[in-house]
Amino acid sequence: MERNQLHRLVALSRQPLFDQGFLDEQFLQLEELQDDANPNFVEEVVTLYYRDSARLILNIEQALERNPLDFNKLDILMHQFKGSSSSIGAKKVKAECTFFRENCRAGNGEGCIRTFQQLKKEYATLRKKLEAYFQLRLHAAPSEKSVAEEEMAGIHLKMFLVSEAL
Amino acid sequence: MEIIPFFSIILFLSSPKNPFLDHTHTHHSGKLEISFMEFGATSRKKNKMVNGNQKFRTEITALVVDDDTTNRTIHRRLLQNLGIENQEVRNGKEAIDIHSSGRNFDLILMDMDMPIMNGIEATKQLRAMGIRSTIVGVSTRSMEEKVQEFMEAGLDDYQEKPLTSAKLISILHKMNHNGSV
Repeated sequence: MERNQLHRLVALSRQPLFDQGFLDEQFLQLEELQDDANPNFVEEVVTLYYRDSARLILNIEQALERNPLDFNKLDILMHQFKGSSSSIGAKKVKAECTFFRENCRAGNGEGCIRTFQQLKKEYATLRKKLEAYFQLRLHAAPSEKSVAEEEMAGIHLKMFLVSEAL
Repeated sequence: MEIIPFFSIILFLSSPKNPFLDHTHTHHSGKLEISFMEFGATSRKKNKMVNGNQKFRTEITALVVDDDTTNRTIHRRLLQNLGIENQEVRNGKEAIDIHSSGRNFDLILMDMDMPIMNGIEATKQLRAMGIRSTIVGVSTRSMEEKVQEFMEAGLDDYQEKPLTSAKLISILHKMNHNGSV
């Protein structure tokens, strides 16, 4: 597959993430900050986000095991998590954060627990999708590839696109 | 479906003809100089933005105050992209300390919610110390009262997170237009 084609397809491969509401405008803002000096800025930020938020998730989990629940504390933790989620454009994750906080304010413990389960699902799904996208991007990066390697990259890309469409 | 941001902003050369620059104003760190910069965000097809670093040089310095690593990284990259030299600290107390050590900045991006010392308290203290830098509050807080309280602590401006290049440019425009605090 031609290099240009590869690049274009890689760019297109992330379109479903926007169409399906996983990512919003903010992700585009981050992409615009990439240049020759910072070619992998988005991947770096996303990696940072998942690394840091792991601790927050753990704290929230622990707080949810308390009895009685400290809704104020939960709200504060979630406020922080929502902040960094929104700064990488994690649209669905951010939405779950909002629901969670509504449950906190209503003092609805069951609701909090349920929403948190959903949040963790969205969080994990986004991670998988972004990792796949970054991998593809890596394959498409200019390098000393043989014709065969380029062919493989093209095939992987097609397989990925097909699997995403299903 | 696709949201394609398309904006073009031009800051003028610091020449006598420049209507935006007030030459009688002396910024505390010396002359505020902004070279010619052209910003263009094109469609994702081309997906290449004119690199601000190549054409843009400025003497503006900035301090990012935020407890979240992801946010600090993004804000610093935004600043770097506009050619603004910048540093970071993790909370209000560190912001006070860095100023106590003698460092000074033209622009301070201040988060509201931080441990040890929050943005409201830090802003109050910085003003009390006589710091005249442009302090911009950056937060996800939507409640009117909190934003009001933050402004009253001594902010020059407030921007809702997440910060974008466009928001940062509007901040710089205001700085250039109004002069100091």
